[in-house]
Amino acid sequence: MTQRTDTELPRKPGPALDSVASEAVRAAIEACRDVPGALLPILHGVQDALGHVPPAAVPVIAHALNLSRAEVHGVISFYHHFRSVAPGRHVLRLCRAEACQAMGARGLEAHLRARLGIGFNETTADGTLTLEPVYCLGNCACAPSAMLDDRVHGRLSVERIDTLIDDCGERP
Amino acid sequence: MSVRVFVPCDTSAVACGADGVAARIESEAGVRGFDVTVVRNGSRGACWLEPLVEVETAAGRIGFGPVDPEDVPALFDAGFPAACEHPLALGRVEDIAWLKKQQRVCFARNGIIDPLDLDDYRAHGGWNGLERALAMAPADIVQAVTESGLRGRGGAAFPCGIKWKTVADQAAAQKYIVCNADEGDSGTFSDRMAMEGDPYRLIEGMLISALAVGASRGFIYLRSEYPVAHRILGEAIRRARAAGWLGADVHGSGRAFDIDLRLGAGAYICGEETSLLESLEGRRGQVRFKPPLPAIKGLFGQPTVVNNVITLASVPDILVNGGAWYRDLGTGRSRGTLPIQLAGNIRRGGLIELAFGVSLRELLYDYGGGSASGRPIRAVQVGGPLGAYLPESQFDTPIDYEAFAAIDALLGHGGIVVFDDTVDMAEQARFAMEFCAVESCGKCTPCRIGSTRGVEVIDRIREGVEREANTDLLRSLCDTMLHGSLCALGGLTPLPVLSALKHFPEDFARNA
Ligand SMILES: Cc1cc2nc3c(=O)[nH]c(=O)nc-3n(C[C@H](O)[C@H](O)[C@H](O)COP(=O)(O)O)c2cc1C
Ligand code: SF4
Ligand code: FES
Ligand code: FES
Repeated sequence: MTQRTDTELPRKPGPALDSVASEAVRAAIEACRDVPGALLPILHGVQDALGHVPPAAVPVIAHALNLSRAEVHGVISFYHHFRSVAPGRHVLRLCRAEACQAMGARGLEAHLRARLGIGFNETTADGTLTLEPVYCLGNCACAPSAMLDDRVHGRLSVERIDTLIDDCGERP
Repeated sequence: MSVRVFVPCDTSAVACGADGVAARIESEAGVRGFDVTVVRNGSRGACWLEPLVEVETAAGRIGFGPVDPEDVPALFDAGFPAACEHPLALGRVEDIAWLKKQQRVCFARNGIIDPLDLDDYRAHGGWNGLERALAMAPADIVQAVTESGLRGRGGAAFPCGIKWKTVADQAAAQKYIVCNADEGDSGTFSDRMAMEGDPYRLIEGMLISALAVGASRGFIYLRSEYPVAHRILGEAIRRARAAGWLGADVHGSGRAFDIDLRLGAGAYICGEETSLLESLEGRRGQVRFKPPLPAIKGLFGQPTVVNNVITLASVPDILVNGGAWYRDLGTGRSRGTLPIQLAGNIRRGGLIELAFGVSLRELLYDYGGGSASGRPIRAVQVGGPLGAYLPESQFDTPIDYEAFAAIDALLGHGGIVVFDDTVDMAEQARFAMEFCAVESCGKCTPCRIGSTRGVEVIDRIREGVEREANTDLLRSLCDTMLHGSLCALGGLTPLPVLSALKHFPEDFARNA
């Protein structure tokens, strides 16, 4: 089970934000500070820019929105989309849901685990690819499906998914 | 004159190579000296034909599909972009029986228009419902929707008119329209296809709802798994605002309404309306106790309409043609049309909009053409991950909310996922519990803990450990979840589990 009920803070705050990350966090806060319910839009802004929400961004966001760090951390940990750790250069999200199961998604999952040597929410040792599960991409009539970075691919076979992964290695 | 060629920008078309096809058509046309304009339309919903390329001719639009980028040179060799003989040629798209037999209301414009072109929208009947509504008293708009019998298409099938009346009756300075575009149910994609192919229709539906209840502000909560819909909808809102359809003075009416587009973050439970409101307010998406209903105390504590994309997208046509027209479609207490999504192991999958009453069998065999694998269809799951698994003996059930309830099943958002005879139903039951465990919001014990226990118990059954005792335990666990959960995630997860157990007991009786 994915435990999402924890509201404790991570024990280590993680490394301080470098200047690029700091600027990204500042910009995301600036863009949404005045919108009602700003926390999710800000977290999206940070993750879009940095690929994840660094733990050191939590106190900055909390301060800007007048929230506790525990509240911000609680929100990040609740939503599957937000990562606290930087992903690989590419992210492959394999659909695990029923329409894709009916078209062989379980076989694709086994193949990916074997070929990449990683499981879900892990990154290959060379940092090329992070594998994540997703539950439906809305491409259920052209299953099985996966999303590579922000593009959905359908009617996948072992060969087609291998080609996608090969291409990742070639263009970092 | 330039020939107009249509290549869908829809997610499913693009997932099957539409961007490559569009680029290849442009480059081949250039090399061969044809004057071609490529229009990126939405999808007609015939996913099995995607990418479906269409050419505008004097005799109507003619289709080719499914087209791979590699097919493009051969198409040109055969005479494309003129009508020509080629194995992928489909003739006039309007004459394709799969499309022709449908009763399209919400999806009437999908695939036909350029989704972001306001003139195209106007020319195909866009804004007519809104203009009608602007000339009506708010109570009459609510009355038309009530008379139509429209029930919420997000899953719970609550009468839309009653919800609107409740919000209209509240005295509050600020009311909200929230469009639920979280579309978390696996096997469903009608919201996505509507938003990508005809986004102004949703905006029009939200505007009408706002006029009816007196709301000045709207939110669309879109799941983050839909980047194409996000781009198209965002651009549609910007263009509608620039053209005066949204903003301080909607189409010169003196009424104000504007829409914020917000992204979810990969939590299935945020499709549940109170969890969605928590999420919009910037918190963890934990389900709220009801009452108070969102219609009375919703977003930021104010009266709020929460409606599914398809519910709202159905409203403009109801205003144009009248509530009675819509009510006259359908059967029993299921009125109007349902955009059905046929998916999984099926030959001709896609979006099928029909009046309620069509049987599952017709959908699976007449429209679907049987399984994609060519093997017998053994089970279908209707209504997303919380929907029951139905065996062949129940395929004559009509698409009707009450008929499904009568067999302990649900229609939900109208998704049908097809499995052939290689499926292991005990594995499917295990997945239902696993999914509940992954997506539980954690608020109540039967769901949070029960689902994890459920996975373990099914594992033991599949391993052959005290099979009978553990099967009894599974049933009683399901009973606890059914009766002790705060919301339908925990409360309905037993449906796929128990239906699998009931109809496919043999799969639980052999070792995995
Ligand atoms: C676990 C769960 C998930 C849900 N997911 C969705 C969803 O993705 N989209 C949706 O429109 N409704 C969903 N609903 C139903 C909503 O709670 C609510 O009934 C609906 O948005 C109301 O709009 P409607 O009356 O137009 O259907 C879900 C309900 C539950 C219990
Ligand atoms: S049933 Fe599950 S998802 Fe629903 S409120 Fe309870 S814990 Fe949350
Ligand atoms: S179930 Fe995989 S895309 Fe919908
Ligand atoms: S806060 Fe209620 S279960 Fe954790």
